Amino acid sequence: MLMAATDQKSADISVDRVTLRYGKGEGSVLALSDISLHVERNEFCVIVGPSGCGKSSLLYLIAGLEDRTGGDIRVGNRTIVEPGPDRGMVFQAYTLFPWLTVSQNVEYGPKRKGIPAAQRKEIVDYYLAEIGLAKFASHYPLQLSGGMKQRVAIARAMANDPEVLLMDEPFGALDSQTRHTMQKLLLRVWEHSKKTVLFVTHDIDEAILLADRVLVMSGRPGVIKKEIVVDFPRPRSVDIALEPDFIARKREILELLRHDEDDEH
Amino acid sequence: MPFLTIASGGLPDNGVIHLAASSLVKDLTTPFRVIPRSIAISLGVLIWIVVLSIWSAVTYSGAIREMFLPTPGHVLTTTLTMGANGTLWEHTASSLQVVVLGFVISSIFAIPIGLMMGTYRVIQAFFDPLVNFIRYLPVTAFVPLFILWIGIDIKQRVALIIFATFFQQLVMLADAARSVPRDLVNAAYTLGTRRTETVFHIILPATLPQVIDILRVTMGWAWTYVVVAELVAARSGLGYISLKAVRGFQVDVIFMAIAMIGILGLLTDQIFRLLRRYVAPWAL
Repeated sequence: MLMAATDQKSADISVDRVTLRYGKGEGSVLALSDISLHVERNEFCVIVGPSGCGKSSLLYLIAGLEDRTGGDIRVGNRTIVEPGPDRGMVFQAYTLFPWLTVSQNVEYGPKRKGIPAAQRKEIVDYYLAEIGLAKFASHYPLQLSGGMKQRVAIARAMANDPEVLLMDEPFGALDSQTRHTMQKLLLRVWEHSKKTVLFVTHDIDEAILLADRVLVMSGRPGVIKKEIVVDFPRPRSVDIALEPDFIARKREILELLRHDEDDEH
Repeated sequence: MPFLTIASGGLPDNGVIHLAASSLVKDLTTPFRVIPRSIAISLGVLIWIVVLSIWSAVTYSGAIREMFLPTPGHVLTTTLTMGANGTLWEHTASSLQVVVLGFVISSIFAIPIGLMMGTYRVIQAFFDPLVNFIRYLPVTAFVPLFILWIGIDIKQRVALIIFATFFQQLVMLADAARSVPRDLVNAAYTLGTRRTETVFHIILPATLPQVIDILRVTMGWAWTYVVVAELVAARSGLGYISLKAVRGFQVDVIFMAIAMIGILGLLTDQIFRLLRRYVAPWAL
């Protein structure tokens, strides 16, 4: 067996009083205000919030793709200054490299690291099997559906063995049915590695289904309103969506978000 | 469809043929619908037949004097003669050399600089005012200037092609670089690509089909400038023999030269289309 849960790297994420301000002076916008959170190693943490609350911006800051205005962000024990392979990311838009085949996309990270071809093949074969696209190894992204592309994007990010996995509404552009399939797939794939995941979504059902802990975020400027522990047993089954505990949590989150909406008026 | 039913009157299955024919008409007249390849090709051939017919009718009947418009036959014989004695190929090779040299030199510099301009705002900001100004200057007006600066040999003609092509390529390439989705670049960073590698590891492969299209289009423009380049002080080339022919009222030679340039332009266009399919099979 190629990967056991303990073989793979995993780190914690520390966000300490981070502010993000766009622009300067009069016309500047405060996107995140003194926001703090901590994600444990091997934890699947989900941030749920309305559109524009800054949750994606926060993810980009952790990824190092944008620069924070103030505060500190640490992954493992290192302060974040720029993007790197230790923080893998899956985006909402389709970001597969169109000039590479599916297997070439998946082996992109390992190839950069200088991992030898034989080992790379093992990694690629493993992940393609995990996402169920082994038959499409030589296809180009152009030939894939949206759901398939996102599956490859997840495989590509995980194949690079990052310490944390950041996911920015990865299923947002997919239709509802495909979304359910992808959630099941993600749960299964994650179960095999249990990497630290910070997942952002506006879909409350998705948040509770996937998370160990849900952080409810409100925006303008972005702050974490409440933290809700989700302790359904793992491996998760999609059937928990009908259980009273699930619905209770959903109600709680809805209340928090509705409250937020009302505050703005 | 009355005319079709009459024609098919004697055949056993009038109904089927009738249906097939009217379905074909529907295919041909529905907007955006794909038409049978055989019909597309036939129509393409047909237009040339129409052009040739009008040309022949107008010249052989004497409606337009030979001096202004030669007959197709005359152009053909001139072409065959000049082809046989080698002059056609000599001048074609000369023009081809100028265009290819100028185009290749221009492209070799334009591709990296253009892509970098599109990727780094600082480079864009620096070059933009100059590039945008030069782009609109009339190339023809620079011919005497280049002759003064460079002389009347092949270097001058090549320089003119470069001048005509380079600045247009820069702008189009910068636009292509800018069109790469930001998150695609971000994804590469999260997989270990360094920011310094952006242009050659991400932007270049991502824009390859567009780059080839830009080369194809600008090569077409380069062809139109070769005659301009040769109009003054050239010793050979298709533009040169056109000019000589004007003096002797040899309109057939001019036709031949123009047609030759057109054919060469079409050929290079096709070469780039094939190149795109070969080098970027993954693109639409």
